[in-house]
Amino acid sequence: MSVGGHAAGRGVGEIATARFQAGQKVRVKDARPERVARLHLRTPHYVRGRMGVVERALGTFPNPEDIAFNRPAEPRVLYHVLFDQPPVWNEGEPGDTLLIELFEHWLEEA
Amino acid sequence: MAGYDPRPESVALLEKLVAALKLRGIVTEEEIALRKTIAERANPEIGARMVARAWTDPEWRAFLLRDGTAAAEAMGVSMRGNPPLGVLEDTASVHHLVVCTLCSCYPRAIIGYPPHWYKSAAYRSRAVREPRAVLAEFGTVLPAGIQVRVVDSTADFRWMVLPLRPEGTEGWTEEQLTALVSRDHLVGVSLPSAAHKVSRAA
Repeated sequence: MSVGGHAAGRGVGEIATARFQAGQKVRVKDARPERVARLHLRTPHYVRGRMGVVERALGTFPNPEDIAFNRPAEPRVLYHVLFDQPPVWNEGEPGDTLLIELFEHWLEEA
Repeated sequence: MAGYDPRPESVALLEKLVAALKLRGIVTEEEIALRKTIAERANPEIGARMVARAWTDPEWRAFLLRDGTAAAEAMGVSMRGNPPLGVLEDTASVHHLVVCTLCSCYPRAIIGYPPHWYKSAAYRSRAVREPRAVLAEFGTVLPAGIQVRVVDSTADFRWMVLPLRPEGTEGWTEEQLTALVSRDHLVGVSLPSAAHKVSRAA
């Protein structure tokens, strides 16, 4: 039984297949798939298309986009990605950052 | 939850849902009982104890930062079936503020239910956009030179902040330090201070 709908405490540490390394620049896909189909996503709108830097791979978790619809969920590598905060909103204090959990299939080399 | 009487129609709906889930073999009475026990035991004081220990024991601090889940287990929290815990340490140059913009992810297994403001649309939208204004409303003004790192809890981990040990607490015991740490400090909306002991309800 899981708690919180998308939670599953397994897979932590399984990052052997991680495509991105700590310190690597990445871009979040500038996609809006929810506009064409009913979806459950864990990628906030405000960060789509933004450049960030991988802090580290956090582990491997079943894809929440499948879990939400009770489909077989592929394991996906989850990363902590760091973004400069002011460019996202065109306001804020230089040096402030956003640290966000993002799945590998939402990231591309930048 | 203390202070809230559930509406009869909500209770009736819950009972029907549980009965249907049991009928299909999705949950058992034992699992529900286990979850209730975990939820009722969870308390910000557990997080406070983890923080105070990190302030006094460098080995525990390294363990806590490396594997929050195992550290919570070591504190007697059953993490089985719960999302893993990550702990982020504040430094002399970075302060962490935790939010879940997409829903209300929170380290419930360890520190219990989130406060109502944590789940509000206002906090969830403003914490990522104007974190310093939000902090100021909590009475928190960071010393110059400290950067804010907003942690958007978007997926499978749950995050807790390890604040800086307050000045003026040299030589304090773990117990004395635990009494300084509140739920709000573990989320990062405010900072512990040697002058403020936390009042705990239970």
